[in-house]
Amino acid sequence: MEPDRRLWRFHGGLHLPGHKRLSNVEPLDIVPVPARLIHPLGQHVGIPSEPVVEVGETVQRGQPLSRATGYICSPVHAGSSGTVVAIGPHPIPHPSGLDGDCIIIDTDGQDMPYEGYPPLTNYRTLNGPALRARVRECGIVGLGGAAFPTAVKLNAGAGLRLLILNGAECEPYISCDDSLMRHRAAEIIAGAQVLLHALEIRDCCIAIEEDKPEAFASLEAAVRRADDNRIEVVQVPAVYPEGGERQLIQVLTGEEVPAAGIPADIGILCQNVGTAAAVARAVLYGEPLISRVVTVTGHGVTRPRNLEVRLGTPLNKVIDHCGGYTDEARHLIMGGAMMGFALATDAVPVIKSTNCLLVGSDADIAPRQPASACIRCGECAQVCPAQLLPQQLYWHARADEFDKLDPYHLFGCIECGCCDVVCPSQIPLTQYFRYAKTEIWARERERRQSDHARERFETRNQRIERAESERQRRLEAKTRALKQTRSSAASKAVIDEVMARVRAKKAADERDAENGDGG
Amino acid sequence: MLTAIIAISGLAAGFGLLLGFAAVRFRSEGDPVVERIDSLLPQTQCAQCGFPGCKPYAEAIVDGAADINRCPPGGEATIRALADLLERDAKPLDPERGEERLPALAVIDEDLCIGCTLCIQACPVDAILGAAKLMHTVIASECTGCELCIEPCPVDCIEMVPETVTLGTWRWPKPGADTSAVIAASPNPASA
Ligand code: SF4
Ligand code: SF4
Ligand code: SF4
Repeated sequence: MEPDRRLWRFHGGLHLPGHKRLSNVEPLDIVPVPARLIHPLGQHVGIPSEPVVEVGETVQRGQPLSRATGYICSPVHAGSSGTVVAIGPHPIPHPSGLDGDCIIIDTDGQDMPYEGYPPLTNYRTLNGPALRARVRECGIVGLGGAAFPTAVKLNAGAGLRLLILNGAECEPYISCDDSLMRHRAAEIIAGAQVLLHALEIRDCCIAIEEDKPEAFASLEAAVRRADDNRIEVVQVPAVYPEGGERQLIQVLTGEEVPAAGIPADIGILCQNVGTAAAVARAVLYGEPLISRVVTVTGHGVTRPRNLEVRLGTPLNKVIDHCGGYTDEARHLIMGGAMMGFALATDAVPVIKSTNCLLVGSDADIAPRQPASACIRCGECAQVCPAQLLPQQLYWHARADEFDKLDPYHLFGCIECGCCDVVCPSQIPLTQYFRYAKTEIWARERERRQSDHARERFETRNQRIERAESERQRRLEAKTRALKQTRSSAASKAVIDEVMARVRAKKAADERDAENGDGG
Repeated sequence: MLTAIIAISGLAAGFGLLLGFAAVRFRSEGDPVVERIDSLLPQTQCAQCGFPGCKPYAEAIVDGAADINRCPPGGEATIRALADLLERDAKPLDPERGEERLPALAVIDEDLCIGCTLCIQACPVDAILGAAKLMHTVIASECTGCELCIEPCPVDCIEMVPETVTLGTWRWPKPGADTSAVIAASPNPASA
């Protein structure tokens, strides 16, 4: 149907073995609601949300458990009905392995729905802000991995001309978007229509990598059924990391997002296909974000597949549903093989950003060889999709010369891992970049703190100085007064008079005292 | 009586002159080098460098009265930053000044505190709240961990507690150090 759409390419990137068939052959499965749900209060970029329920309270499925405490913040909702049994620290999926504050619910098996969000089937009569408010209160965040609050992204303002739905899903092993596109195409299209209306955009382009023909066919059919000529489904060549926002925009439009800017600067808004489906459910059915599709894959799990999982479900329940671990299970990774991070325990819950659970064997995840010295081959720079010079970044990061990283645009690094993969010296480049980024943030934090301490130190010193000079001034005034009295001609008389008064008083006191004793 | 008065006025005049002289001699407002050095110091204000605060140490460095390796809270990173700024060679921390240590916060055992206000007077950044005979408490967000309040406390009820890492302050470890535990060893998919 579509005439050949002109496509561009982005710098660098890699053709990686996809390993997608491991998980995308089985139909989309559903994990039953577990006995206990764990909802971390912070599961997105930005600040954690704040609880609005108390321990002992009964909650319904989809009831808000917390509220946003700032602009870049998003509430969480109960994954099912039940009772809040605890609010406090619990292991969460985070590379640090630290605990985070969670709201823990014991489910009652009823799955009673919360009625607080009426469906907005008439959304075409509503304006952008009203729809954005619904997206915000329903806790929708980007489901592609970064979990950035969607409502913030939708606040890009007027002048957008193109909505891109990202179904590229380029990272090896992950197939949750593929599965969603095959089985829930209508929801994605409905989400696209809501977004087009809310943002007053005329064109939408849904991008899918060529290795997902079933997903492509399913979306094409859904667009035909919806009979919406604003929406175009486009196949793009499978190159990693094409699912990166900037990379995909370049492939589809040939335009580059300015280094310090965002896609909205060039009139484009990019959303993951899963996010679009979540928007449709929030607006059309009044359903907050309480479930998502998760890929469970790798040779360490018995029956790899895609599953719809309630948020808050402990990972071990998900693994159990997939037949448990195999003898080969060695690594538990949240996210894919390139950008994911290892977990220390499977007691952590599925959260909004959990796109994939990779239970790797030693064959899936090769142990890294010890690094040797950089030979300046330049391979890393050739594959870097952000057009950076990884060897330079590495050089300065390793030497802790953080101020020298700025000219090399460390923060332009999307941590895709391409440079890592090609480095003949096996240098863990991405790891160095993650290290340098958090180190720079920490230093900024420390600098703010020390500026604050300096201010307080100076204020205190000024106060002490003021008190001291005030004391000095009083002392001097007294000395001056005394001197004056002494030097004046009448001084003798005055002193005599004072002395006489003092003597008289003393005598009177003594008398009083004697009388007192006597009486 | 008279001698005392004369002596005190003499002292007052002398100190006044001295203060006036010091104000001129040590004026640092607007000395850009002092400001820049001060901006690199951690502002713990602990006096471990031998000067009554970071700014006086910065001034001493400018005057050539002190070397750049005297600040234990700043440690190696601060020494290197100073060396860069002053175009000198970095050198290890002067061991006489103490050891580089992890950031910590003072915590007052409120059951033991007798409300003597000695710690309040010692704190260089006014991070301790309280009034005479009332229990005192440390405002965690203001405490620089300088330890100056520990010594004066007559009942030893102040303790330094290491700052705990939170989700907001956690950092990725540097590769090559100990990357065991929970960090994915940047998996290599090309191998499968
Ligand atoms: S690929 Fe590795 S060895 Fe080659 S220049 Fe980059 S960091 Fe150095
Ligand atoms: S990890 Fe960063 S530096 Fe390495 S290729 Fe990807 S974007 Fe470039
Ligand atoms: S030793 Fe203490 S007072 Fe001296 S510069 Fe360092 S932090 Fe400041």
